[in-house]
Amino acid sequence: MSDTLSKIEKRTAYILLLPAVFLVFSIILFPIFANVWISFKEVGLKDIRIPEPRAKKIVKSLKDRPDEIKIIYKLRNSSLILDIRDVKFQEKIPKDFEPLNLDERCQLKSNTIYCNFGNWKAKYKENFQVILVNKSGKKIDKKEIKSIKPKLSGKSDNILLNTNFTLKNFKKVFFQNEFFDLLSTTFYYTFFGTVGSIVFGILAAQLVNQKFFGRTFMRSILLFPYVGPVVALAYTWELLLDPYSGTLNNLLLNFQVIQEPLNLLGQKYLTINFFGFDLKLRLALTTVIIFEIWRYFPLAFLFILARLQAVPKELYEAADVDGAGPIQKFISITLPQIMAVISILFMIRFIWNFNKFEDIFLLTGGASGTRTLPINVYEQGFTISDIGMGSAVSIVIVLLLLIFMFIYFRLLGRRADEN
Amino acid sequence: MKIKSLILYCLISSIFLFSLVSIWKVLSTLQGIDLENFNFAIILTLGIGISLINLIVGDKFHKAIKSIIFAILFTFVDGYLLQLMPIWYNIGIFGILIFYSFKIDKYNQKNLELDHSSQTVVFEFLTLFGIVLFSFVILFPFYMMIITSFKTQAALLINPLDFSINFAQDIKELFKSYFVIFDTYKFGRYILISTFVSVGTVIVTLIFAIPAAYAVARLNFFGKNFLSTSILIIYMFPAIVLVIPLYTVFSQLGLRNNVGGLLIVYTATTLPVAIYMLQGYFKSIPKELEEAAIMDKLNWFGIIIKIILPLSIPAISSVALYVFMIAWNEFLFSLMFLDNPNSFTLSRAIQYLSGDAETPRQYLMAGSVVVTIPVLFIFVYFEKYLVSGLTAGSVKG
Repeated sequence: MSDTLSKIEKRTAYILLLPAVFLVFSIILFPIFANVWISFKEVGLKDIRIPEPRAKKIVKSLKDRPDEIKIIYKLRNSSLILDIRDVKFQEKIPKDFEPLNLDERCQLKSNTIYCNFGNWKAKYKENFQVILVNKSGKKIDKKEIKSIKPKLSGKSDNILLNTNFTLKNFKKVFFQNEFFDLLSTTFYYTFFGTVGSIVFGILAAQLVNQKFFGRTFMRSILLFPYVGPVVALAYTWELLLDPYSGTLNNLLLNFQVIQEPLNLLGQKYLTINFFGFDLKLRLALTTVIIFEIWRYFPLAFLFILARLQAVPKELYEAADVDGAGPIQKFISITLPQIMAVISILFMIRFIWNFNKFEDIFLLTGGASGTRTLPINVYEQGFTISDIGMGSAVSIVIVLLLLIFMFIYFRLLGRRADEN
Repeated sequence: MKIKSLILYCLISSIFLFSLVSIWKVLSTLQGIDLENFNFAIILTLGIGISLINLIVGDKFHKAIKSIIFAILFTFVDGYLLQLMPIWYNIGIFGILIFYSFKIDKYNQKNLELDHSSQTVVFEFLTLFGIVLFSFVILFPFYMMIITSFKTQAALLINPLDFSINFAQDIKELFKSYFVIFDTYKFGRYILISTFVSVGTVIVTLIFAIPAAYAVARLNFFGKNFLSTSILIIYMFPAIVLVIPLYTVFSQLGLRNNVGGLLIVYTATTLPVAIYMLQGYFKSIPKELEEAAIMDKLNWFGIIIKIILPLSIPAISSVALYVFMIAWNEFLFSLMFLDNPNSFTLSRAIQYLSGDAETPRQYLMAGSVVVTIPVLFIFVYFEKYLVSGLTAGSVKG
């Protein structure tokens, strides 16, 4: 009895899960595996269009023979690269018409012309013509004839489905693509973005955890950058930071903080003279990191605030009795209490910043030294139009991500053991 | 009185005063006032002076009288230094000084002798400083976004610091950018598409996620543990690694430039987090209720509809709002999948606008306001639900 019950339970579970699992599998897991496949192929953006046989129909009346009409089909293979096999053509002809001297590849069956054009090479073109004779003697309506569309079909190889593989893409990724420059930019961006957002998150959480007028209002405001649409915020920042007509530069110039406008998003290096040493700061990258911190510190803030509010008040009261000052209280009570949250936040934010695409794409488009791995996926795939390369870079991202996740889950597991 | 506390108190409080006055000066500059100097040294000296006088006077006067005297004094000196400032500027300075005097009032000679008084002073002023600075840094871009949408390109290029809006002008002139983006750039249509995609994503996600979450939370089946960990792992995979295969497959299937295709992708990417959030909540519902229902011969469909759903309205609303926010703000997939202006979402439309260097920036900002307002409105209105959604699910972002 219980056996059948548990069987029913299992079956129900699978039925309930099936739609969700199917969707996630086809839209998320399948593409990840498809990346592996594509990354070993030489595929450009133009290759992914499936070749189609196409026909443009032109109707012409003949001067000397008013009861006949000539139809020209401009036939072509839409692909410049791939052949189409077994091209078939069919078109209905209007009532009272009959074809004259039909092409030998074609035949007429119940008022329909069927043709078999065989194989078309890439770039194939042909002007195929049919002459129709009007039997009824009425005036020929050219528009009516033109409105009938021919149906064409054919078989072709899909470049994605054949089994020609190459290692070219990976060779390019590692040896021609300034790979280590990319990697270091990505890590620089990820690391400082993560640390910055956590530091500001702690500060903001400390603030809001105290009692003051307008505290709930403050909490809402602090989350604005995180909930706002990235497109709107990025363009606002771009205008704000514009070297000539941007508000920030003009304010700084006005108050004589700087002498020359700074191209914060378009300049790769800024040389700072620091006690006689010339320090090179990666300016655009730093600006992008600041935007990143501005946008994502609210998340760290939210997590840390939730943790801070759960810290027992007695701990602080006991510290007061012992005569501890604010700094001591922060170091020996608050910090240990939020350490667990911080380490998890660090891992999560690290993984997400590592994959961040939109923010950099909208601010700089990957120019002036801000090209990270995700930006590179887009550039390879859609700017240079090399789908295979784009996939190869994606694979590199996925592999690094798996390593991070392994570390993250190990960390999570250890935390669980400790508690 | 400790010397260290005294010095820290004077310095920190006057730096705080300086930063308040400076922010006020920045905001005034943006209203067209010609200010070119923060007068760091003078304001710092004044601040230190006021702080010291406050200590010396102590409780001899009522704090309101003290504040007004300080404020008048400071406003007068500041007004004399800068010459010919409009009256509202001076009123602002006066207000800042009143606020400041109230804040320093609680410090007196006794107060500074306590243990850790120097640390307390630093902490309290840093808090105030932090509140002011955080609000300013966060709100300023939003402020600029709104102001720019009401200006004209020419005015913005002549004086980028002039943020003043002429409210006397005709309402049609004032809202010109908004009229233009709705008339010429079809933003009305994009709002409809964005709403359709976001609401559609919420509905479809919930239809798929609720049964799945129920199964994960309640039923026993082979591979359950594997499934619950893989939900989290799948959730961590970013959109950027899915883009190329999805683009190729969608191109070949003719699903690009199709709002339905976008809806499928959004649903799939938000499903893992929706399932994760919901199953956590479902687990907290007492099992006895369902056992009673099983006695009444309800099947799983009945259980979900009649018992689970009514009890988990809060969790479902936070999932719904969170998913709505993700779908509304999403950019990468809409960039990849839509290139026909007839099927743009709002985010994609704004990006398309900015791609044309000729587009005046006030239109861009008007578009940004249009896309931002609904999310911020929903966020403020449903903050309670959204915050719980964010904390549960915001592994992502």
